Amino acid sequence: MTQPIIKARGLVKRYGRVTALNNADFDLMPGEILAVIGDNGAGKSSLIKAISGAVQIDEGTIELDGKPTGFKTPLDARNAGIETVYQTLALSPALSIVDNMFVGREIRKQGFMGKYFKMLDNKEMARIAREKLNDLGLMTIQNINQAVETLSGGQRQGISVARAAAFGSKVIILDEPTAALGVKESRKVLELIQEVRSRGIPIVLISHNMPHVFEVADRIHVHRLGSRLCVINPKEHSMSDAVAYMTGAKVPEGVAMA
Amino acid sequence: MTDTNQTPAKGQDFESSLDKSDKKVAEFEHRRKGLVDGLQHLLHLNPTLVPVMVLVVSVLIFSLPMVTGGKFMTMFNLSLIMQQVSIIGVLAAAQSLIILTAGIDLSVGALMIFSAVVMGLLGVNLGVPSFIALIAGFVVAIGGGLMNGLLVTRIKLPPFIVTLGTWYIFLSVLRLLTGSQSIRSQDIDAEAPILKIFGSFISIGSARITFGVILMIVVFAVLWYFLNKTAWGRHVYAIGDDKEAAELAGIKTDRTLLTVYMASGAVVGIAAWASIGRVGSISPNAFAEANLQSITAVVIGGISLFGGRGSILGPLFGALIVGVFESGLRLAGLDVQWQVFAIGWLIILAVAIDQWIRKVSA
Repeated sequence: MTQPIIKARGLVKRYGRVTALNNADFDLMPGEILAVIGDNGAGKSSLIKAISGAVQIDEGTIELDGKPTGFKTPLDARNAGIETVYQTLALSPALSIVDNMFVGREIRKQGFMGKYFKMLDNKEMARIAREKLNDLGLMTIQNINQAVETLSGGQRQGISVARAAAFGSKVIILDEPTAALGVKESRKVLELIQEVRSRGIPIVLISHNMPHVFEVADRIHVHRLGSRLCVINPKEHSMSDAVAYMTGAKVPEGVAMA
Repeated sequence: MTDTNQTPAKGQDFESSLDKSDKKVAEFEHRRKGLVDGLQHLLHLNPTLVPVMVLVVSVLIFSLPMVTGGKFMTMFNLSLIMQQVSIIGVLAAAQSLIILTAGIDLSVGALMIFSAVVMGLLGVNLGVPSFIALIAGFVVAIGGGLMNGLLVTRIKLPPFIVTLGTWYIFLSVLRLLTGSQSIRSQDIDAEAPILKIFGSFISIGSARITFGVILMIVVFAVLWYFLNKTAWGRHVYAIGDDKEAAELAGIKTDRTLLTVYMASGAVVGIAAWASIGRVGSISPNAFAEANLQSITAVVIGGISLFGGRGSILGPLFGALIVGVFESGLRLAGLDVQWQVFAIGWLIILAVAIDQWIRKVSA
């Protein structure tokens, strides 16, 4: 059997007296879309933040390609090829689309000005940004120097996903990407997700939207009370089963505790 | 959830009706807008336009012979205004760095005097070589900035409180050091004339361009470069815009903030050196309102007090506006209180415009 890209075992994270992660496990296989579902407060966000380096776990191990990660910051995770699209999108509203795409990984000019005066190469960044947006079918964007705050919610989500897709080499994590979107915009984001998967990059999708989850996910990780309850195959389970598992109304039987 | 029992198909039934609808989700159309919206967008792109317009209009009005009798628009008077605003201008540059990160620095004025006093005490009273006195002054200024920065980033205190505290601390320490005594001009000339270098000037016709004025322009030019052409500048704006988003997007926000506070301290050190040349002597009680004047220049200059917006060149125009009002109203024979009155309204207007510009996204 193929090895998981991300393999986490026995994760524990406490905030004061609250235990957000209680001995949680997690596996992401190559090339798959793994949905993570769970009730509010089940610890989905903590799990994702632990994997993306935004929070430090108290106990447990996280391996990327079989090697322990030990991320201290989201930047570490990013440098290792894990890109995260947070629910808040993590965009700077007053900065332009290009600036946002390259924030924290700006490209400097070649030669003297770049080396000694650290001058940015805005042309090159604009060119790459345009190329990446085109690749993802967001080519109708005309002015990529437009401030992000002048965009609609769906457009912002598009920028955030495009940023992750453009630079994520190993894994892309999406936290509630369709939660704030309308029907049409959600559809576009789901298409984006499938577009990214078709390039062989595995995706972790956190969502409350069962129809969306069952539409795109290859496997569904059900999180409950701070740990992994089970992993189910969306083709073998119904949405009501999934909801029952995550709320505790029903206990899964015969599911592989993979 | 009533439909959860059906086998999950690709998409949902109700979405099939979308096929005929407009699929352009991420299209960025340019809507036709009215004049007011157009202006709002223009200002959104160039928040410095407001101070530039105010400056140009006020200079034009004060140049009218019936207003100031032709005394305003002379090379001498214009160069005098530049000299008068040079110290507050440099301080406003230091202040801008902090305000761009959504902070505020109440301690810049006190830190400037502190730094100048250290330069004077060492260079003049103790007879230490001038360049060591200068270095010590800069160490104090950068150290003061670092102290503010550490309190803000490590202990997570609001910048307003931190700098309110350090304002008192810096003031008391510098007064304890000097016993509230000034260092006299002739003593500086005798012991460490280099401290007054920025008071020297070049005459062009009747204009007197002091080195301090040139220094102010250089400071703004250098900061403009770093804020607009380097990754550090982008990060400063991103942090001021939304610190949490910047952190998640991969910026080392606390480290960047520390560099901002230290850079601001270094600029305060430059202001300290320049202030000795401008005033001639070093008085522990000078520039008592410099803190507020620097904030005034920044706000009038169109930098948002909420961070992340505005050009570093704005405060230069902001400081010039204050100087032009002061000079123009005095030459027009009006009570100087009218200048204070006008500046008060300008501050309120500037912030109101900033709030309006922010609504552009809606």
